[in-house]
Amino acid sequence: MAEPARAKPKPTPETQHFWDGTAAGELRLQRCDACANVYFPPRPFCPSCASRKVSVFKASGKAKLYSYVINHRPAAPGFTPPYAIAVVELDEGPRMMSNIIDCPQTPEALELDMKLEVAFEKLDDKITLPQFRPAKG
Amino acid sequence: MRRNQVAVVGAAETTELGVIPNMSQIQLHADAALNAIADAGLKLSDIDGIATAVETPQQIAHYLGIKPTWVDGTSVGGCSFMLHVRHAAAAIEAGLCKTVLITHAESGKSMIGKLPRSTPPDSLNGQFESPFGVFGPPSMFPIPVLRYMKTYGITHEQIAMVAVVQREWAAKNPRATMKAPITVEDVLNSKMIAYPFRILQCCLVTDGGGALILTSADRAKDFPQKPVYILGTGESVETPMVSQMETFNSSRAFTTAGPLAFREAGIAHKDVDHLMIYDAFAHLPLFGLGDLGFMPHEETGRFIAEGNTRPGGKLPLNTNGGGLSYMHSGMYGMYALQESVRQMRGIAPAQVKDARISVCHGVGGMFAASGTIIFTNEK
Repeated sequence: MAEPARAKPKPTPETQHFWDGTAAGELRLQRCDACANVYFPPRPFCPSCASRKVSVFKASGKAKLYSYVINHRPAAPGFTPPYAIAVVELDEGPRMMSNIIDCPQTPEALELDMKLEVAFEKLDDKITLPQFRPAKG
Repeated sequence: MRRNQVAVVGAAETTELGVIPNMSQIQLHADAALNAIADAGLKLSDIDGIATAVETPQQIAHYLGIKPTWVDGTSVGGCSFMLHVRHAAAAIEAGLCKTVLITHAESGKSMIGKLPRSTPPDSLNGQFESPFGVFGPPSMFPIPVLRYMKTYGITHEQIAMVAVVQREWAAKNPRATMKAPITVEDVLNSKMIAYPFRILQCCLVTDGGGALILTSADRAKDFPQKPVYILGTGESVETPMVSQMETFNSSRAFTTAGPLAFREAGIAHKDVDHLMIYDAFAHLPLFGLGDLGFMPHEETGRFIAEGNTRPGGKLPLNTNGGGLSYMHSGMYGMYALQESVRQMRGIAPAQVKDARISVCHGVGGMFAASGTIIFTNEK
């Protein structure tokens, strides 16, 4: 029997640009043309001022570690515990959930506010997940 | 809403709590409802309003044989019942109904007739949280903790004390699931669930239910039980995604609902004799003490660690033992309300002497929603 797979996102019309972006190696955010608010998760209007005039742009991929847990049990399908579930704060402002790769999954290695950079993990031809690793340099 | 216009006149939990393998989830609702109706000295036909969560009002109304003219199916997680109390009080005052039954029950442990909880892969949670390994509340609810600790200088030992103190309360309660005393060392050496939290900092998983009956204060004096009046109420929601909270240093749902209830009640924090803060996990009482304005967040850990919330302390908190030691069927808010009502009636197993005002604060989801009810036994 195959290993259970990790939960896979299914894009909607409003989020497709985000998942097209990760597949192309870009982290895409949205900015309001009216009030310049940068927001996440995706939606075709600004949750700050309600303008429908919004633009998609490529984010820097730079972030810092806002908070996390190291999950031991129960583990989600497709994950080998212990693994960190993190919330990262992007340089552009919004926060998102992700994992921290290329880093021991320990409290000692995972320091709050450490600098991170985006990496991309391809799950299949349609879905690539944004992940974060300790920033180089 | 005006103060003290509506009262709780019936309150009861299921006959058994803990592991109840001989009842389905809707029967647990009925068991609690029938106990509350008996407590109030009413007949089923006296009930003209019904509110419940997860299960639909039509399911529970039909199963019980109630024909309501007012219905509330607000379902925002474990604090739904605080919101039901608020909505029911407004409805009774507005004349939409006279006697409201609020039920909760969950076959959380035995899983008999329990509705499945799922996160569709095309929901926002399914797209932007599930793929990163969240799997149930223990992997999500503690995510803000490390940030909160860093911001306010809270220690692991202080948060462990939340569990220790609540076990002290539970020891006084014959119906509590866990009664054996524990130490900070026990907590910090217990099985790791999701760092920084270990199993003794996570709520229990049990079966059970509870029900409340509300009516106007004018009618309340004719009921067999001492009326418990609704002095103030508040509610709010923030986000279903823990990753999208405005900040991990506070809960916006808490800072909206809590102060709203205090303003409505017209009381100061020093007036509070008894406090319930829904503790699905050990950090929630800290967030609650800070967000409800009892003290700055920096002081919450020390306040609990120094014993101020334990039996005999100056602010008795979670006096039934809480979700950590009393019981937690999945939506604990109802049990917090039951304990507040018992304290106001003067019949709690760990009764706070001469308590006049009880604040009952609930959370729904992972800080997704909140409801606060302030009770009094003096009109």
